[in-house]
Amino acid sequence: MTERYDIAVVGAGPAGLAAALAAATHGARVALIDAQAHAGGQVWRKDVAHGWPRRAQAAITQALHHPHVTWLAQTQVVHADPHSLLLESAVGAQRIDYAALVLANGARELLLPFPGWTLPGVTGAGALQALAKQGWPLQGRRVVIAGSGPLLLAAAATARRHGAHVLGIYEQADAANVQRFARSLWRWPQKAMQAALLRGQLAGIPYRCGSVVRTAHGDSALRAVTVESARGSERLDCDQLAVGYGLVPNTELAQSLGCRLRQQGVHASVEVDAMQRSSVAHIYAAGEQCGIGGRDSAWLEGSIAGHAAAGAPAAASLLRQQRHARAFAQALETHFALQPRVRTLAQPDTLICRCEDISLQALDGYSDARSAKLATRCGMGACQGRICGAALAELGRFPRSGTRPPLFPARLASLGDNLSDNHRESSV
Amino acid sequence: MSAARLTIDINGHALEVAEGISVAAAIAILGLPFRRSVGGQWRAPLCGMGVCFECRVRIDGLAQQRACMTIVRAGMQVCTDD
Ligand SMILES: Cc1cc2nc3c(=O)[nH]c(=O)nc-3n(C[C@H](O)[C@H](O)[C@H](O)COP(=O)(O)OP(=O)(O)OC[C@H]3O[C@@H](n4cnc5c(N)ncnc54)[C@H](O)[C@@H]3O)c2cc1C
Ligand code: FES
Repeated sequence: MTERYDIAVVGAGPAGLAAALAAATHGARVALIDAQAHAGGQVWRKDVAHGWPRRAQAAITQALHHPHVTWLAQTQVVHADPHSLLLESAVGAQRIDYAALVLANGARELLLPFPGWTLPGVTGAGALQALAKQGWPLQGRRVVIAGSGPLLLAAAATARRHGAHVLGIYEQADAANVQRFARSLWRWPQKAMQAALLRGQLAGIPYRCGSVVRTAHGDSALRAVTVESARGSERLDCDQLAVGYGLVPNTELAQSLGCRLRQQGVHASVEVDAMQRSSVAHIYAAGEQCGIGGRDSAWLEGSIAGHAAAGAPAAASLLRQQRHARAFAQALETHFALQPRVRTLAQPDTLICRCEDISLQALDGYSDARSAKLATRCGMGACQGRICGAALAELGRFPRSGTRPPLFPARLASLGDNLSDNHRESSV
Repeated sequence: MSAARLTIDINGHALEVAEGISVAAAIAILGLPFRRSVGGQWRAPLCGMGVCFECRVRIDGLAQQRACMTIVRAGMQVCTDD
């Protein structure tokens, strides 16, 4: 049977949790959907060994136990129509109907190709943090953290807490920019506090600005990295490299629903107004997919979207706080802008599309994603271009092509019964 | 926090792990590679959050499951390099 909800919220990170709570306070029947087993999203991911941070725990308990909220964990949205979603979980496929939809499906890391990046042992920076929180063994392992942005510090702190020996943090932005960023933090006291806390947790770990990992070495797994900085080139033996160059909004779901996107540099985010309304009626968006702003703006935008979706205007104070939190996004973008050399790391034989093993040189001569895909299969694999598409856009090759259904590789059973025929009920 | 333990099976070996960890973590504890790429290279998790599909393994007979998105269950059968 198709369940009906007043409001469906996709994503249970800070934005989605806040949206569900705000909407539920107005009496709306809310479905809160997340592909992960636990609520919390990226920043509030449950740590198997250490639990949730206190604030996260409170927000999660409140949202999931609210009598008007139905929590659908380990449930992925694989297709969306106006007023209905196709969901897939371990027990099968299910369709739900909604009157209003809040998209709060966050962002992923920008992972850029360089020689050796396909070796086991090389992950994203936030990725290592996510893996560690779910039990990935780091005790006594030598870890190099690299890439860009404050996420590197959070990743290093998590790795250390899980027993890793963090050899160093290598930030591509130069020291002047990082210092300017640090000096601007007083405007966001919460962030300044977080930063101070992290500094304490990271005592003794070298933090080098203006440096990049050029190469990861190893045969079947990572053994060492070559780091390039103002001090020259340096080879470090290590067991794990965590490298991420910032975040890119997950816009696929919004795009498939026809929501207008806003181009920010080479990546896009979902366009919203002050009430978090997208360009499509009854569809709201909040959090990282509206532009990378961090936890606080995600939470505030989620609240605004939840109130608006339930037909109640958000308080002016909420809107004011959100504008202030968003200014932080701008500071991040300015001070951690990628240096040109990051875009020159990939060599002609470096694999760009990891699903289909396609090198950079195999893509020479193509100026759009569609023709490259048809000729080389680049972007045809399971990730559907989420990794290589963002990378190619960043390298200045071509932007990612539009999404095609389903949003994630879905089981044929889910699609056969649901995608082609909206009126039949799912039988899996 | 000390979690309860449970046993799963990876490539025919019984492994006792803490409750609540991901299948990806369990495979890494054994130090096993996850899958082979179309060109025959070994691959392991990249994104840790369900988007890259580099961590795909067979879980309880179902192929192409993301190990980073799946939490261990007692008696679970995992098969890497599938
Ligand atoms: C790997 C990683 C680690 C991070 N670590 C930190 C950190 O330590 N500190 C920090 O301040 N910031 C961190 N960030 C930044 C983070 O994006 C924000 O701080 C915050 O989590 C954003 O909240 P959000 O609610 O917008 O999105 P998220 O927290 O990203 O939540 C989005 C949720 O949507 C779900 N989702 C997405 N698509 C679907 C779908 N189709 N179907 C069902 N569910 C779906 C996801 O599973 C996810 O739980 C991290 C980001 C990443 C990518
Ligand atoms: S590590 Fe990327 S999907 Fe599992």
